[in-house]
Amino acid sequence: MELREAQHVLEYPYRRSVGPVMGRFFGALKEGRIEGVRTKSGRVLVPPHEYDPETGEAVGDFVEVGRAGVVTTWAWVAKPRPKHPLDRPFAWALVHLDGADTALLHVVDAGSPERMKTGMRVRARFRDERVGEIHDIACFEPEESR
Amino acid sequence: MTEIVKSITTPIRLEYVYRPGRATARFLRGLAQGRILGQRCPATGKVYVPPRGASPTHGVPTEEEVEVSDKGTVTTFCIVRIPSENLSVKPPYAAAHILLDGADIPFFALIQECPLEEIRMGMRVQAVWVPKEELAPTFESIRYFRPIDEPDAKFESYQEHL
Repeated sequence: MELREAQHVLEYPYRRSVGPVMGRFFGALKEGRIEGVRTKSGRVLVPPHEYDPETGEAVGDFVEVGRAGVVTTWAWVAKPRPKHPLDRPFAWALVHLDGADTALLHVVDAGSPERMKTGMRVRARFRDERVGEIHDIACFEPEESR
Repeated sequence: MTEIVKSITTPIRLEYVYRPGRATARFLRGLAQGRILGQRCPATGKVYVPPRGASPTHGVPTEEEVEVSDKGTVTTFCIVRIPSENLSVKPPYAAAHILLDGADIPFFALIQECPLEEIRMGMRVQAVWVPKEELAPTFESIRYFRPIDEPDAKFESYQEHL
């Protein structure tokens, strides 16, 4: 009897509570908006934190930011895995949205790495059916393709 | 009024291809024959089961194969009352470390056919195997362990293995 290899699956079906700040962020995504929070010093954090990462102070009001922004860094995924958000090659990217002071990690559906560039403008494409989580944004797309 | 989302699901799934290597492959083939095979460390004489091919304390190859008994002693145990998805056994159930006779390291298994409140350290148990025609090179060849009619082992006999 040959024993060369066996398939093994490790799976944890986590459900995590998100708290009042991320909860509001996800609630806004469900309504098709991207919201951040304003710190006392006036910076807008997207995605929002419960506390200002620089001072530890509680954050203030929620602020709607733009659906478009600038790619600050990115990595190309040539062979997506089954659980990746897109089933075709894509880029993981940090997107600095208009009106925000921090960047959001998401995916850019650019088709090929030649179309990716640090500093490029991208725009969020929302799903039609949204449930209140980060994948309510299906992806970001290069603005020139619109 | 914007809804405040309370929770999100973030499932994690890792798909492995597991290659057992020579020592563990021999152990798994043993299970397919209804036998439990370990290996002896040449430096200390300790028998490790399942074997990994090398001594965990001395790093030397463990080439001598040793068949151990399918009877053993419960060293520690845990009554699990919290359900878990994808698990065939329903809580409450008992998970135990069992020091098989002839082995020097406890073996993890479930204990059944025993009221949970009677499970104790030192209790003597024996493996319940699947029917012969269902034996296969997998841990699932041992269904669980059940108590046997033997006096409890003395604490001194397993205190080194807790």
